[in-house]
Amino acid sequence: METYLDNAATTKPTDKVIEAVVKSLKEMYGNPSSLHRKGIEVEKEIKKTRRLVSKALGCNEKEIVFTSGGTEANNLAIKGFVKANNRLGNHIITSKIEHKSVLSLYEDLEKSGYNITYLDVDQEGFVSLKQLQESLSDDTILVSIMHVNNEVGSIQPIKEIAEIIKEKNPKARFHVDGVQSIGKIVYCVKDLQVDSLSISGHKFHGPKGIGALYINKDTRISPIFLGGGQEFNLRSGTENVPGIFGLGEAVKELIENQENNIKTLNNLKAYLIDLIETELEDIIISSKLDDRYAPHIINVALLGVKSEIMLHSLEMDGVFVSSGSACSSKGKGYSHVLEAMQMKRSHIDSAIRISLSHFNTKEEIFFAVKRIKYHVNSLRQIIRR
Amino acid sequence: MEKVIIIRYGEIMLKGLNKSYFENKLVKHIRHALSDLGKLKVYKEHSRIYVNVEEYNENQIIERIKRVFGVVSISPAKRFPVDMENIKKVVLGELQDKLQKKVIKTFKIESKRGDKKFPMKSPEISREIGGFVLENIDSISVDVHRPDIAINVEIRNNAFVFSEKINGFGGLPLGTNGKGLLLLSGGIDSPVAGWLVAKRGVALEAIHFHSYPFTSERAKEKVIDLARMLATYCGEFKLHSINLLPIQKEINEKCPEEEMTILSRRFMMKIAERIALKSKCDALITGESIGQVASQTVNSLQVTNEAVNLPVFRPLIAMDKVDIIQIAKQINTYETSILPFEDCCTVFLPKHPVTKPKLEKILYSETLLNVEALINEAIENMDEEIIELEI
Repeated sequence: METYLDNAATTKPTDKVIEAVVKSLKEMYGNPSSLHRKGIEVEKEIKKTRRLVSKALGCNEKEIVFTSGGTEANNLAIKGFVKANNRLGNHIITSKIEHKSVLSLYEDLEKSGYNITYLDVDQEGFVSLKQLQESLSDDTILVSIMHVNNEVGSIQPIKEIAEIIKEKNPKARFHVDGVQSIGKIVYCVKDLQVDSLSISGHKFHGPKGIGALYINKDTRISPIFLGGGQEFNLRSGTENVPGIFGLGEAVKELIENQENNIKTLNNLKAYLIDLIETELEDIIISSKLDDRYAPHIINVALLGVKSEIMLHSLEMDGVFVSSGSACSSKGKGYSHVLEAMQMKRSHIDSAIRISLSHFNTKEEIFFAVKRIKYHVNSLRQIIRR
Repeated sequence: MEKVIIIRYGEIMLKGLNKSYFENKLVKHIRHALSDLGKLKVYKEHSRIYVNVEEYNENQIIERIKRVFGVVSISPAKRFPVDMENIKKVVLGELQDKLQKKVIKTFKIESKRGDKKFPMKSPEISREIGGFVLENIDSISVDVHRPDIAINVEIRNNAFVFSEKINGFGGLPLGTNGKGLLLLSGGIDSPVAGWLVAKRGVALEAIHFHSYPFTSERAKEKVIDLARMLATYCGEFKLHSINLLPIQKEINEKCPEEEMTILSRRFMMKIAERIALKSKCDALITGESIGQVASQTVNSLQVTNEAVNLPVFRPLIAMDKVDIIQIAKQINTYETSILPFEDCCTVFLPKHPVTKPKLEKILYSETLLNVEALINEAIENMDEEIIELEI
């Protein structure tokens, strides 16, 4: 039996998603840029998906650009924005707990001369709004903050952040990495007042290799890929048609069931946390059961048990989770997120991440916690240090 | 005129009556290395091996042959019937060809007359060809000491013209010296040790120890990747995988903490010896090097060595790390070796391992364990996998 509890890493595509992908490969294999019918029928489907994505995010369909996934969407939003607007200022802001795809971009921009502010987070995983307020200046052109942190599930107060930015410097733009929030939180980009937002198909039961960037029509960005001018000239290259078909199906399912799915996730999370708290000792749960945290991510430290050993032990039982650090004697591989939250080494060392999908069941969670309990007990006996 | 690759093999020449055995093995290995490149003529002639090639696959073939142990050097050459006028034209063509690719100001003709019936002596041949070149190319002059390019002319049953000599690794054809079992970890040293011994004609099998689930499956994947790289030199071989975790757990529970590593090493050696005997290997091969880590001090090596009766080859024993790294880079294993997945769990690593273990103490600690049962259990749960040659 397989108990997949690593849904923040990736999710299993649904049958409908798979069917849509297969359809694009078997029948609808035309190039959407072709002038003939074979191409036009595909172009129509792509438009349909674009409308669905814009509906899910609450924006205009012209504001959606398909990308190869979250990383490319972040690259386009940040690098593409800086490229187009470098004359406006030299200061950009992000947080210390962003995904690597954002942090690497900022580090790269730092090398090319930009002033960077990396916002601190508190011990609960929330960015410092005070620091944001203080660091915003006339020179600031871009702020990039993630919606839901992928390791602990903290939901950043995006709307509040947007308001602070607008108040301090209306010219500065706000990008949001929304890869972990879509389908887990109900929102609308226009309400959040963000200028761009990234999503990735495989985080909500779509295929890998497809994502999208919402980019406000008033925000100017330059393309990173040049070529045939696809995607409103913002992302050249023949469209990933199988990916877009699959994404369309995933978004359709998401729109139809979002509220129920979130309810399911909340119930599962409450059940999981309750079970962990009653069954296990010497644990620290970093993902609280309140609305400041996403309903699908639970980070828990099983003190004294190296997380990677727990991960591999669970994998033998068919239970798949994720760890906050890699087992290494060289002291590398610690999660930058947990470090930014100022967790102790012993805490980081033993932190595992359980991430849920609405397809998970209470039975699965019960089984997983039983196995965790078993391994915690036997491993704590062996590991004497 | 044909394009051929001349393959020279040094040491094998000295093998007296066994010479043809070694030569035939070498031809076989070269054929095998080229087996997927279509029908190629590989043949032995006057203490050299030749491969006929075409323009389009020449470089690929050279790359493959370079990896075959026993090959000392390689020269892509033109071969044609002996005729002085023809030789001059081919040499001129070769030079003109090279002139288009790089700046050449000076040259030299080096002639060798294998066929003593040919009327001119080597210096005469060089002089005549050199003169012809000078008449035809203005921009170039002779320099016999440090020429930009040396064109070689050989007169044997055919004439050969070439200007490049590419070094192989030397050594002896694989399988001419029995078989060894390599203790292969994911580190830098053991692949190099295996490669060095294989280069002396020893066929390989490998054994790998891991501590799953205390270590990752990726650590094993890394070992398989390293084994695949070795296979590009040694052909396909068998990789045995042993889970050492149950043994480590026992040691952890019953023996002094600082002896963990040395006791584990002894278990590895003992298990390896059993597998070696079963797979008809004549020796064990390890990547140990004096003083590199606690388990590789002379005292530790002594204690480790005592665990087995088979000879243990340690080709890196007196090498410095930088030199080992250099070979690892040369044979392409370095990049993989430095990936972060660890094959041996750090949980059990003692803070202060013994560096001067006493054999009696270690033997006493082993009496606290059911060594025989632990070894048998480990071997019963062993995985085996054939590492195929993928070029």
